[in-house]
Amino acid sequence: MDTSLTNYLLIGAVMFVSGVVCMATKRNGIAVLMGVELVLNGANINFVAFSRHTSLGLDGQVVSLFVIVLAAAEAAVALAIALNFYNNYQTIDIDRGDKLQG
Amino acid sequence: MTHTLADTATTIQSTLQGWNLSEGWAMFLAAVIHVALVAGFFGLPAGIFIWAERKISGRIQDRLGPTRVGGKFGWLQAIADGGKLIQKEDLVPEAADGPLFRVAPYVVVVSSLAALMFLPFSDGWIAVSLDIGLYLMLAVMSLEVIGVILAGYASGSKWALFGGMREAAQMVSYEIPMSICVVIPIITAGSLNLNEIGGLQSGHLGNWIIFHDPFSFLAFFVYFVCATASCKRAPFDLAEAESELVAGFLTEYSGFRWSFFFLAEYASMFAVCGIAVLLFLGGWHTGIPGLDGILDGPRYSSDSFVWTWLANALGFGVFFGKASALVCVQIWIRWTLPRLRIDQVMMTCLKYLVPISCVLFLGAVIWPLALSYTGKTTIWGTPTGERAAPTMRLESTPNPADRLPTASTSNGETGP
Amino acid sequence: MNDQALFWIFAILAGGGAIGVVILQDIVRMAFSLIISLGSTAGLFFLLDADFVAATQLLVYVGGTLVLLIFGVMLTASGPFRRIQMSSGETFVGAAVGLLFFSVIAFTVIDVEWEKLAASHRPVVDAATDETGSTSRAIGLRLVGIPADTEVGVHSNSGEKTGYLLPFEIVSVHLLVVLVGAAYLARAKRHETSEATGGDA
Repeated sequence: MDTSLTNYLLIGAVMFVSGVVCMATKRNGIAVLMGVELVLNGANINFVAFSRHTSLGLDGQVVSLFVIVLAAAEAAVALAIALNFYNNYQTIDIDRGDKLQG
Repeated sequence: MTHTLADTATTIQSTLQGWNLSEGWAMFLAAVIHVALVAGFFGLPAGIFIWAERKISGRIQDRLGPTRVGGKFGWLQAIADGGKLIQKEDLVPEAADGPLFRVAPYVVVVSSLAALMFLPFSDGWIAVSLDIGLYLMLAVMSLEVIGVILAGYASGSKWALFGGMREAAQMVSYEIPMSICVVIPIITAGSLNLNEIGGLQSGHLGNWIIFHDPFSFLAFFVYFVCATASCKRAPFDLAEAESELVAGFLTEYSGFRWSFFFLAEYASMFAVCGIAVLLFLGGWHTGIPGLDGILDGPRYSSDSFVWTWLANALGFGVFFGKASALVCVQIWIRWTLPRLRIDQVMMTCLKYLVPISCVLFLGAVIWPLALSYTGKTTIWGTPTGERAAPTMRLESTPNPADRLPTASTSNGETGP
Repeated sequence: MNDQALFWIFAILAGGGAIGVVILQDIVRMAFSLIISLGSTAGLFFLLDADFVAATQLLVYVGGTLVLLIFGVMLTASGPFRRIQMSSGETFVGAAVGLLFFSVIAFTVIDVEWEKLAASHRPVVDAATDETGSTSRAIGLRLVGIPADTEVGVHSNSGEKTGYLLPFEIVSVHLLVVLVGAAYLARAKRHETSEATGGDA
């Protein structure tokens, strides 16, 4: 393979950092969920890249399969929570969820 | 042995390189030629089946259908319609989300077109031959939902949004029983490679997977129903439900953008019927015992290119005929049955088809086990030859680990 | 050469899509940018010889999870909640933290010499694919516990090596429980909202 491991790890890092920034700065609850998906995908790229370029073998690919499946499950629950928030507060802006503050 | 489109691409590429083109450009040009071939085939089913639909629907409704354009039978009607649609005004509604509105037809077209890449039209006549071909084809076809949702949302009208959401819910739900029914021939064949699944159904009619066991027989019909639903065809066509939603997610689309959706619909109809033919109905084999043996000879030996090509062309004709027959059955069903409500559609999927397909799956898994107690591997006898599926052979079950490289290359240890 | 070109195409689409999710303000366009990003990630998986994982990414992630996200967007993004603006102070701090974080990771990744590190521990396996070029059989064997793609004797010091079948079954039950719970949580209970706003603590 011509492309080295470092390139793939950098792409994984870009996706991971974008996901973290998205989770931290967005006010829309669904946008926070999108950040979580990006973080999981960055980690997946790392797993598969290591599985290909080092002696990790297929363990990396099997783990990334599990990550994909668990990300789907977590997205379902997080979406259910977001919909409940929207139904109760009539807004999806998570800055309005401050009833426990102070 | 198998002469895939990728092999043809490499021969074209080497020819171009012989004309002193650099390797990168030669590969690029060869790829462009093959994309043009596949895209041309993408338009062919649409052209044929649009005409067929108008003629068949006309006859079912006791009228003639198009009879003027291109002679007595209206052969060129589809081309004339295409010409009319191209020169229409390109409308983008003001409330619509501009870029998303323009992109949505392309998402649907790309997913349908890419699905045709993994379909073998004859032995080896496949654009990309992957060992996970069927899985990837289902994955790519499931991307159509995103185009539908985008089209529904980006139109900026509530009819379109409702139609798009209903349509997306229907398409996503029907993927479940469709995938379960698709796994049944995979278990019988022992491979996800569509080329291999089609190839092992040669010989007599009993080798077709639909006649392998009663569960596969029923699975074909369940798959056909789910495939009709996932193509948004009647009786599941709420997207085009003129009496309810104007035109669903297609309401704001006009001109050539609208025709993109219909090109994609007919191409994906052909793709799912092609999968049904490959998985259940014998692929490119005729099913006549002597004829299959005669045709398989030149197909699997690469002595004479001409005879191989002729045998494969005949197989292509058989495959195309079978798939077209299934598409005509879908057209026939559309103009015969009334439309279902959305709750009836979802109930059919979730309450009836999913349990039925789970039971069929269980039965298809237990069937070889039960049959092995009688000493036979199939009810029609044991298929012979190297084209038989590994799961059907009577000799000791081959160790799947034997097919992998023995990993003894670097320091001489014995393999697993 | 083409692997390089394809890698750069997919990498720019994936990275661009990810950055687009952060930069864009309209929630539906963010969702579409995420679709592009995850689809290109599947392309990167194909380049890494992981065809089964790439197909699963397209089928499950893009065709399933993202459709779920888009349904959520459609249900909640009506009217004033489609574009929620961030103040410019927050934007600057977010960008600065992101760049800082990325530079930390990038310097670490570029500094380590991966080839020497990998080769010093175990021999690098050449290809995880069998002669048909796919990983599906090898992954299936791994589920049962046969590491058919590596050499025998590499993992021998860890004793009996078990497969991934138990985690697979646990994940199946987990998915069932999670989705039943999510369906219960998200059921429409509109008749309670009028009382809930009155008696909210």
